[in-house]
Amino acid sequence: MSTPDSNRHFSILDQMPIAEAPNASLGSDRTIAVKLKVNETEHELQLEPCVTLLDTLREYLGLTGTKKGCDHGQCGACTVLVEGERVVSCLSLAAAHQGEEITTIEGLAKDNKLHPMQSAFIKHDGFQCGYCTPGQIMSAVGLIAEGQAQTDGEIKELMSGNICRCGAYLGILSAIKEVKEVTA
Amino acid sequence: MVTEMTSTQDRTNIQAKTGKNIDRVDGRLKVTGEACYSAEFPLEGIAHGYIIQSTIAKGTIEAIDTSQAEQLPGVLAILTHQNAPKLNSLKSKNFGGGYPGENFLPLQDNQVHFDGQHIGIVVAETYEQARLAASLIEINYDEAEPMFDLEQALEQSERYDPGERLQPSWGDIEGGLQQAAVTIEETYTTPLEHHNPMETSATTAEWHDDELTVYDSTQWVMGTRGMIARGLGLPEEKVRVISHFVGGGFGCKGFFWTHPLLAAIAARKVNRPVRLMLTRQQMFSSCGHRPRTVQKITLGADNEGKLTAIRHHTDTETSFVGDHAEPCGNITKMLYACPNMEIKHQIARTNTGTPTPMRGPGETSGTYALEAALDELAVKAGIDPMEFRIINHADRHPQSDKPWSSKHLIECYQRAADAFGWQNRDPRPGSMREGDDLIGWGMATATYPGYRFPTAAKAQILANGKVIVSSATHDLGTGTYTIMTQIAADTLGLPIERVKFELGDSKLPIASVSGGSSTAASVSPAVRSACEAACFKLIEMAIADNESPLHDYQAEEITTEAGRIFVKESPEIGETYEAVLQRHNLPLVEAEISPQDKGSRYKSIAARTKPGIVEDEGGSDEFAIHSFGAHFVEVRINPRRNQVKVSRVVGAFDVGRILNQKTARSQIYGGTIFGIGMALMEETLLDPHSGRVIIHNLADYHVPIQADIPEMETIFVEYPDYHLNPLGARGIGEIATAGIAAAVVNAIYHATGKRVRDLPITPDKLL
Amino acid sequence: MKHFTYERASDRTDAITQVAANPQAKFIAGGTNFMDMWKEGVETPERLIDIRKFPGEITVTDGTLRLDATTTNSQVAYHSQVRDRYPVLSEAILAGASPQLRNMATTGGNLMQRNRCSYFHDVSYPCNKRVPNSGCPAIEGINRMHAIFGTSDRCIAAHPSDMCVALAALGAVVQTRKPDGETRNIAFKDFHLLPGDTPHIETALEHGELIEAVEIPPLPWAKRSHYLKVRDRHSYAYALVSAAVALEIEGDKIVNARVAMGGVGTKPWRSPEAENALIGAKNNEESFIAAASAALEGAKPYQYNVFKIELAQSTLVQALLTVNSEQ
Repeated sequence: MSTPDSNRHFSILDQMPIAEAPNASLGSDRTIAVKLKVNETEHELQLEPCVTLLDTLREYLGLTGTKKGCDHGQCGACTVLVEGERVVSCLSLAAAHQGEEITTIEGLAKDNKLHPMQSAFIKHDGFQCGYCTPGQIMSAVGLIAEGQAQTDGEIKELMSGNICRCGAYLGILSAIKEVKEVTA
Repeated sequence: MVTEMTSTQDRTNIQAKTGKNIDRVDGRLKVTGEACYSAEFPLEGIAHGYIIQSTIAKGTIEAIDTSQAEQLPGVLAILTHQNAPKLNSLKSKNFGGGYPGENFLPLQDNQVHFDGQHIGIVVAETYEQARLAASLIEINYDEAEPMFDLEQALEQSERYDPGERLQPSWGDIEGGLQQAAVTIEETYTTPLEHHNPMETSATTAEWHDDELTVYDSTQWVMGTRGMIARGLGLPEEKVRVISHFVGGGFGCKGFFWTHPLLAAIAARKVNRPVRLMLTRQQMFSSCGHRPRTVQKITLGADNEGKLTAIRHHTDTETSFVGDHAEPCGNITKMLYACPNMEIKHQIARTNTGTPTPMRGPGETSGTYALEAALDELAVKAGIDPMEFRIINHADRHPQSDKPWSSKHLIECYQRAADAFGWQNRDPRPGSMREGDDLIGWGMATATYPGYRFPTAAKAQILANGKVIVSSATHDLGTGTYTIMTQIAADTLGLPIERVKFELGDSKLPIASVSGGSSTAASVSPAVRSACEAACFKLIEMAIADNESPLHDYQAEEITTEAGRIFVKESPEIGETYEAVLQRHNLPLVEAEISPQDKGSRYKSIAARTKPGIVEDEGGSDEFAIHSFGAHFVEVRINPRRNQVKVSRVVGAFDVGRILNQKTARSQIYGGTIFGIGMALMEETLLDPHSGRVIIHNLADYHVPIQADIPEMETIFVEYPDYHLNPLGARGIGEIATAGIAAAVVNAIYHATGKRVRDLPITPDKLL
Repeated sequence: MKHFTYERASDRTDAITQVAANPQAKFIAGGTNFMDMWKEGVETPERLIDIRKFPGEITVTDGTLRLDATTTNSQVAYHSQVRDRYPVLSEAILAGASPQLRNMATTGGNLMQRNRCSYFHDVSYPCNKRVPNSGCPAIEGINRMHAIFGTSDRCIAAHPSDMCVALAALGAVVQTRKPDGETRNIAFKDFHLLPGDTPHIETALEHGELIEAVEIPPLPWAKRSHYLKVRDRHSYAYALVSAAVALEIEGDKIVNARVAMGGVGTKPWRSPEAENALIGAKNNEESFIAAASAALEGAKPYQYNVFKIELAQSTLVQALLTVNSEQ
């Protein structure tokens, strides 16, 4: 089907034989030992000091539920709880959070039972593509713990650090209101 | 007629779940973080890629010095045009003139055509090492004067000719204007805009000998497979593309871009899986944008408000390495009845990346200009804007004179207006206030073509009673997993829990790009047919089997429900799917429905979705097929702050049968919000000296956030459209984005008396 | 994205000693502003000394409110003393960034926040702030967000902080400690420097000098104060313009006034001109318009930010009207 119509046909197989692949590279000598407690589990890691909490979760611990949307604190997709407070993990250094309780989306459901906020997001269709969703949910859980939002307007303002490009904002608002009423 | 069609074609138990408010079947995976996106597949020994981009908009790379980067710990390979493999052109007559998207191949020469062009890739053990190495690569350029000013480019640059179909005209435009009692002529501009899905584009590539698996964030797995195979010179069957979850696309993941090829090459080079996730900054120059448009609209209407002339001239741009036409006039020629019409598009080549469809290509930018202009004409004619639109309703397609397959636009106007309270509107600008706030009410029409592309699907009925249905389609958050599960479950009369729908894998039966709001209309009939075919096979097995209670019955006498096949007239005579399969010692029975016309028409998928050649209208030879809707918007503006708050939106939509109320409503809300962003805040700016993209992050490129969201109400006037497909469903992903920007702009005029014709309307433009 | 070494300091003395010992070392606390710029390659330290875990307390002594440098933005904004006595400060903090960022960002860090100029943030452009004497593409480039006060022919970047605008209005004092152990009090107006010929020098701090606290004078009438921000969307966006105002009114006369503006200056822009115009005037719209006009006198706009003059004036008037209508 993919017969080329030009005279020349280039195959990557001919040009890049696998045997010529480079050997393993030098490892970094600049790593430090980092102990992190994530979702009540202790992890001991060797990391370069510049590794963010977000990249540590995703690339070193396999906890990919926390999302990278902008990597600059401008979208909220990477929101996690540190000591119960919502923060953006992309602007946090992993090394700086040693000794603190970190909770990610993977740590929210207990014994396979969804957290009420997770159930409410499903019920109110508070997401579409799902990529901002873990950050929205962690942010919403943080918001309720903070106790600063009473009115719809306050909830909206205090959920404005989480972008949803699909525009599931109405469902998100409904989900938060429902959980807030139940937990009040 | 519609009722008749319902009784004959809508023949199975389709009412049970389809159309209902069912929760997303992939919801649990998404709220627990278990849904696996393209950069998240845990592969053994994975290495990390990082793209090197040009920092000029035009010129020649004279030298690339990678020596410092190569010395860094962890660096495995650096590929540039100096050491990259030769790739095969994606342009080929076998593909009807080339794949849609950017046919540009990376690292083939030293030429730079736009800012941020991919000119290399670094591979390292860790992401941090790859990023650091990329920053240490030194590049010397011979810089040339870039062409990026649109006005200048139209005068001096090369043009792209999109063909005659974008330049239609009929009647006598000058004569029409002379007959007019009122006329307006205004120019409307839209800026360069970016899709910015929350998941940046990402590819993970892994080789097993000469076979390549690519986990790619794409709206088109089959197209991506074809393009990678062709570019790399591999047989298509040696390439597998997987895209189970896509973190939003809106068009920028619909066609071809260079990063999947770069990931594949890099993985080959280091003989390890490579993960390449574009940064947010890189998204502003790596996978398309909505191009700038300058739209001049001339309208005339007679004393009764009937349009006598419509002229819509669009000036826009494409790149030097790809062809895209933003077809702003496509909607103009079909939306209102008018005897004299002139549509023109001029497309200049600029040193920007190649534009690509963005939620309503042409429909969105075009309806903004047309619907804003129409509001101006209605005001000038002293006619209510909604009434003005009803006066000019197109009862048949104005260009082809075909009847509409199903059009209920007037009902949309009326129901939305009633729900909004439009009858209470004081038409005088600035007349409505609350406290200090000026209040404005505006409205506009929305429309989008009904597309359906050839699609295959497979259904497997398993011996354990479960059903697996599959098609190589996608769920961008649009609800495909859910609505296809509903349709399969209804076809077989099964509970949702017994059905699994699989998608996003090029090994599955072939499907088209998830673009053009086509997925629901294209995939759902294939899913239903495949389920029916699989069930029919079971029935045939049972009939032929003398141990079956259905032995010797006729197939027509038998139906299915709740996992049983049984005699229609005597439901107690029958057996379960499991019983039939177990007796035959079969693990499953399966049936695959192929696109009816796989040959010539299948190839035309690429042509039909080629940017710039959006079909006039979907559908058949007999009917023009479009969806319609009406937006009503309220804005509030404090005249000292000048910040526009959209406080309320009511929309009514005629989009055929709704397959799932919940996901459909979400699509409308999302499309509306996308258009509010366009109206009020979205704009990518180029540096006026270098022509480079200077706005490239989410702090400076504003998209709507929770605090911007109005109260919203969505009404579906539900008329199934069986001319498009047997389920009567039309796509719904883009229609709400069309027209909404104009409704906001018209409301701003009503609040302030100011006509701003240059989007976005930020506070500075209302001073 | 240059890689760095990292250490958590045991106390202030340790932190100061460690940073002072290496010209390429920096303090880090919340990190929200630093990490953004580090990933862009704008910040390139060799070593980070983490002070985030230092005690961050809010205390009141003789009416003076003291915010430790490591208090978080959220902690300050929601503190009852701040909400009751200095609403302008609480409102300004809450108008900035997002809840997540405010939970991380600190008082000291906010003072050290660097600008949002697109050219500064993209290392492929010249920038006098990043590389002295390399040039300023913003002056003739995209300068919609840039300053109209305090600019020089080297730099026109606007100061991005909301909190600092309120602190400028309130006349805060920055308490620091230098590597030699000396502590000093820096008046807020002297803390941030105008770009002049040395835009790369942004504050009065020496290398290794640590912000220990910010003190806000008692100012009982500041309970009648307000922060108003105008931006391109309704939250989570930098100011086009903003206004921090406080009024003391007796009868129909203004006896005391504080006015500062954000989004317009290369540093948080207090306006003595507006304050002078207000003090002694009647508390009516006419006076507010006159003050706003005085506030914007001498503004120097660039190609894309001419609008800031009118928008800043109308924002100031609105903020003053709002404060005036309170009580």
